Parts: sequence; C-alpha cells; structure tokens
Amino acid sequence: MTPSAPPAAVPLPPPRAKFEARNVHVHYGASHALKAVSIDIPDRTVTAFIGPSGCGKSTFLRCLNRMNDTIAIARVTGTIRLDGEDIHAPAVDPVLLRARVGMVFQKPNPFPKSIYDNVAYGPRIHGLARGRAELDAIVERALRRAALWNEVRDRLAAPGTGLSGGQQQRLCIARAVATSPEVLLMDEPCSALDPIATAQVEELIDELRSQFAVVIVTHSMHQAARVSQKTAFFHMGELVEHGDTDQIFTIPRDPRTESYISGKIG
Amino acid sequence: MTTAAFALLLLATVGACLVNRRAALAIRGRGARLHSLAGFHGAYAGLLVAVPTAVLVLLWLLLEGPVIDRLVLAGLPGAALAGLDAGGRDLVLAEIHQLALGHRFGTPAPHALEAAARLVRLREAAGLLLLLAVLATAATLAFLARARVRADFRARPRAERIIAGLMVFASAVAVLTTLGIVASLVVETGRFFALVPWTDFLFGTRWEPQIAIRADQIAGAGAFGVLPVFLGTLVVTAVALAVAVPVGLFAAIYLAEFASPAGRRRMKPVLEILAGVPTVVYGFFAILTVAPALRDLGALTGLAVAPNTALAAGIVMGVMLVPFISSFADDALAAVPRALRDGALALGATRAEAVTGVLVPAALPGIMGGILLAVSRAVGETMIVVMAAGLIARMTVNPLDSVTTVTVQIVSLLVGDTAFDSPKTLAAFALGMLLFAVTLALNVLALAIVRRYREAYD
Ligand SMILES: Nc1ncnc2c1ncn2[C@@H]1O[C@H](COP(=O)(O)OP(=O)(O)OP(=O)(O)O)[C@@H](O)[C@H]1O
Ligand SMILES: [Mg+2]
Repeated sequence: MTPSAPPAAVPLPPPRAKFEARNVHVHYGASHALKAVSIDIPDRTVTAFIGPSGCGKSTFLRCLNRMNDTIAIARVTGTIRLDGEDIHAPAVDPVLLRARVGMVFQKPNPFPKSIYDNVAYGPRIHGLARGRAELDAIVERALRRAALWNEVRDRLAAPGTGLSGGQQQRLCIARAVATSPEVLLMDEPCSALDPIATAQVEELIDELRSQFAVVIVTHSMHQAARVSQKTAFFHMGELVEHGDTDQIFTIPRDPRTESYISGKIG
Repeated sequence: MTTAAFALLLLATVGACLVNRRAALAIRGRGARLHSLAGFHGAYAGLLVAVPTAVLVLLWLLLEGPVIDRLVLAGLPGAALAGLDAGGRDLVLAEIHQLALGHRFGTPAPHALEAAARLVRLREAAGLLLLLAVLATAATLAFLARARVRADFRARPRAERIIAGLMVFASAVAVLTTLGIVASLVVETGRFFALVPWTDFLFGTRWEPQIAIRADQIAGAGAFGVLPVFLGTLVVTAVALAVAVPVGLFAAIYLAEFASPAGRRRMKPVLEILAGVPTVVYGFFAILTVAPALRDLGALTGLAVAPNTALAAGIVMGVMLVPFISSFADDALAAVPRALRDGALALGATRAEAVTGVLVPAALPGIMGGILLAVSRAVGETMIVVMAAGLIARMTVNPLDSVTTVTVQIVSLLVGDTAFDSPKTLAAFALGMLLFAVTLALNVLALAIVRRYREAYD
C-alpha cells in the first residue's frame, strides 16, 4: 500500500444533479426505442431504473456513457449534461467520458486475460499508477471493494474467464471500479449472481454511493427498494415516473407504475 | 461397343426407375399406404440396376485387353515366340496390334497377319459378349427390383443404404490414395537412405546432387546434405512472413475494426482476388519486376545483390500469403464476442487500445493458426521459387544471396535425365518426405490451435 490516501477522505458536499438529461430520444434505425426522456440523476446516490423487458432501460443507460455511439444504427437526440457540460459537445471525447462514467454489463464479460490484468486494464490505459506497487494496490483495493479479493488473492495470474459466473461479474465490477469513475452504470449486475454474492454486490453499491453516482438497472423490485434512493420507471420507451424510491414504491402517481410494481404488467 | 454398353446401362437404370415408380404409384392408387414414397421405390430400382452393372462394365473393360492379348499370344505358333523374353513378346504383340489397325511395316510374317485377324475377331466377340452380359445383368436386377415393389417394402432405407455405401466408397478412394502416396514416399525414401546414410542427409552441409547416372558422364561425386537446401527454404519463408504477417494483420484489423461496412464489402473481395492469382503469375512478377528493382536498388546503394535473390522470391511469396493471413485474422477478430469490445470501450479505451489490448490478444490463437498455415504454404510453395530463386545450395542466411529451396531441388532433380535407382532421383523422394513431414506437423499444430480457440468462446 502506498501512503497516498484514497479520495474518499474528501468531505462530502451535498448531493446535486450529476447527470441532467433533457428530451432524449433514441432511434434504432426506424424503431423509436426511447421517447422524450428527461431526468436528473443526483450525485452520491443510487438511482434504480425499473421497467418491463424491452422498455429502454439499457438503451438509456448506454446514452449516459455514449456507448450507443458504437451501435451503427443507433441515433441519439436531446441533451445530456454531466456536471453541467453537454456530453455530446464536439469538444467532449467519448473515450474520456467513458473513463469518468464506468459501466458493468448485464452479462459478465471478463477479458481473456489474467484476473490481475483484467482489473489493471483500465488503470494501465489511463496511466493511473506510477509503478508496479501502486498498480498492485489499485488492483487489490478494487478487488476488495468488489468482494472478490478473498476468493482470488492466491490466483491473480489465473485467467479471469476461468471464474464462476458470479465471480466473473464481481471481477467486472472491480474492473470498472479500478478506473476510479465518477459514475457507475450497472446493467442488471446481479442477474447472474447467487443470493450471497448479490448481497455482497448490494453492500458494495451502498458503499460506492459515498463517492459515486450509481445507476442500476434491475428487474428485482426488492433490490431496487433495498439499494436505491431514487427510482425511475420506464415503460415502452417512455420515462413514466421518477422520484424517491420510498414514494415510488408506496404511493406511485402513475397507474402504470402501480400495476408494474404490484406485478400486473411486465 | 462400350458406348453401346453404357447407353444400355443408362437405359436400364432409367427404365427400372420409372417402372418401379409407376408400380408403386399404382399400389397407392389402389388405396394402400406405402411405407416409402414412390420416388424411393424408383431410386431403389435404379441404384440396384446401375451399381452392379456399372461395376461389371468397368471390370470388363479393365480385364478385356489383357485377356484378349493372352489369347492372341497363345494362338501363335510356338516358333514365333521361341527364345523371347517379356520385352520381345511385347514387341510381337505391338506389331500385331499395329497390323490390326491396318498399319503395315515391311512384309509381316503370315502368322502375324493371321493373329491380327484373330485379334479383330476376338474384340468384336468380346464387345457383343459385353452387351449380352450387361443386358442379362440389368434385366435380372430390374426384374428382381420390380418383384420387390410392395406397399410395405422399405425402399427408402434400402436406397439410402446403397447411397451411403457409395459415399463410403468415395471417401475410401480418397483416403487410400493418400495412404498410397505416403507409402510410396516412405518406400522410396527408404531406398534413398539405403544408398546415402540418413545422418549425411539430415546433417550434411553440402548439397551437390549432380552425380553421374551413366558411366560416360562427367560429374562430381555427389553430396546430399539437406541443411543448405532447407536453410534456403527457411530464408525465403522468413522473408515471405516478414512481408505477409504485418501487412495481412494490419489489413485484417483495419477491415474488422475500422473500415465502414461499405468499405469492408468492397475491400474484402479485392483482397481475396490476390488469393486467386495463379502462382506462376506471381513468378513472372518476381523475375520481371521485383528482382530487377532489387538489383537496381543494390546498384544504387552499393550492396551486392544476386540476380535471383531469396529476397525477391520471398517478397512476392509474402504478397501471395497476405490474403491468407488477413482472412484468418479477420475471421478470428470477428469471432471475438462483441461484449469484450464493449467492455474495453466502456472502460475508456480508444478503438486502437481495444484492438491491441483486448481484441488481438483474444484472437491471437486464431491468428497464430492462420500464420502457421501460411508457413506451411510458404514451405511447400513451388512455382514462385522455381522461377525466382536459384539452383545452387549455399549455407547462407543473407536474403540478398541466391538460395535454393527444397521444392526447387525436387523439381530440378526430377526433370531431365533420370534413372529410378540413382540416389539423385531418390533424393527427390527424401526431400518430398521431409517437406511432407514439416507441412504435416505445421498443419496439425495450426489446426489444434485454431480448434482450441474455437472452444474458448462456445
Ligand atoms: N442494438 C440494437 N439494435 C436494434 N434495436 C435495439 C438494440 N438494442 C436495443 N434495441 C431495441 O430497443 C428497445 C429497448 O431495448 P433495451 O435493451 O433498452 O431494453 P431493456 O429495457 O434494457 O430490456 P431488458 O430488461 O430486457 O434488458 C427494444 O425494443 C430493443 O429491441
Ligand atoms: Mg437491458
């Protein structure tokens, strides 16, 4: 461990909007997948996206780090600001944006490299570590935060693809965390995990909240209620309603939200 | 007569096919449920007639000539063959054959004329006999097939079994031919090693195969050390890979990761045209364009460049291998799951970082497999080096020197004056065996690597 203290030691200013999305539309070719979405995503808060399958949760998540740029047929319109700056401005490099806005995918996608190299990939390409010792420290800290360290500390050189599905997903979380992003986008991160690993990841999410804005897509109402402070409900490409998680789950304003969380649609 | 026999065979096949189909249809018309479709009844009858009859015709044609020759020779008066060896008998027989065709040289002996007439008669008889045999066999089989048409006759499985048998036969022919070739290589190589010790062959550093094969020729004592020849192959292959691997790999990376879909659609076929250029055309290109250019370059820089350098042959061979490597690398890159690409990009990697850090390493086994196959192509490539490389074997690794390769030596050993018991000729088989062993090993290795990497993502 190096003497440099983790950035968490900085005193916390009050939460404010990290992302502001205004009138965001996404088209995939001719299909209109996301319609007029406007939402503020606060900093240092966990925001849950819920909604039936195919309603556009992943699509909106990919807008936030401009991963839709990599899909040839996707077309995004509207304004999205990160810390007040338009992420589609010509001066913004999507590569640097993605370094600030980390992402964990629905299906674990470890690189066919060693566990160590998987986690070290981001720090290496962004030059976050000076020297091997510092990189070792970053890797260890990321793996600890992803609740994976104890399982893999003796086999950091083993291939990441050789881990179990749940371990792979936590490895992907460690990989995203190691880059020290400001926002972490998680697309159903627990869909491949058992209840114990799920609890560990939820604990991790709760801890990450002290530093990052976390956005999590989930199909589990219980998970949304447990980990998030804000919830947004999507339905057929529209953002139907968003607000405090407590409010959404107790007194939803829109009848569609009510029927979804009570299990009637979706 | 043979044409007639084949026509008859065809006629019988089609006829049996149609007759059985009609018969089966008639049964169905009477309200019975057929086990197999009428078409299969027809196919079964056709196959049942065609296969044995065709075998009969082929065997007949194979055996007819020798049997008739035997009979003709046996009919000659004993004096005509007295004291003749096999070669002499062949001469007599050849004369009779010429006479039968109406070609006369001088005044033939009366017994020869008589034999020629007998030959013609025997051939006519044999032709008629063949027709009769075909007719009898085909008719018997056709009746047999017709008698079997019943509602519950299992025509489909039987027809399929016959077809499967034909396929087994076809693959057996391919496998046996390969085995035969390998066996002959092994046998001839063994004969070579009886004349030249294998240690001299594998570890000798002098290759001077131009030994005398007739007593009146003036030539050296001969030396069959393969090392300089093999070294030449290695030098040319190394030059070829130095050209093909970077160019092919970068082309593949560009096509797979950076080109627009429209550009990719246009560029891929162009690249693949390179693979369709005949190697002899590459050979022209090597002697007429690349070699003079290298010579001029050498004159400018003061380097000693041989007229037929390893460099010229290697460069052109490298160009030939570019599409090979690029298409393998392209496939390997395309097989890397999209999720890995997205994962790298989502961590803030640029496209280039994603390619070098994640995609190429992930695709590396496939790319390596392609490179190994390219090596085995390069080692076995003949035409370009025959045209552009030299004939003299030297222990050199300087690509500006003239070198020779294993394939060039095989060609030069076997063209011209040869005798099948001279070490010079047999050396070609030993070289061929060496080449075969090396390419086989490379191919096995490459396929094993490619297969392992396929499994990694499935
Ligand atoms: N790459 C793509 N190309 C074309 N259409 C797409 C693409 N990705 C998503 N879509 C379409 O956009 C719509 C929204 O998809 P999205 O993946 O955002 O749904 P989701 O809410 O994440 O669903 P799930 O809960 O099943 O993951 C769907 O109708 C889907 O078919
Ligand atoms: Mg989704």
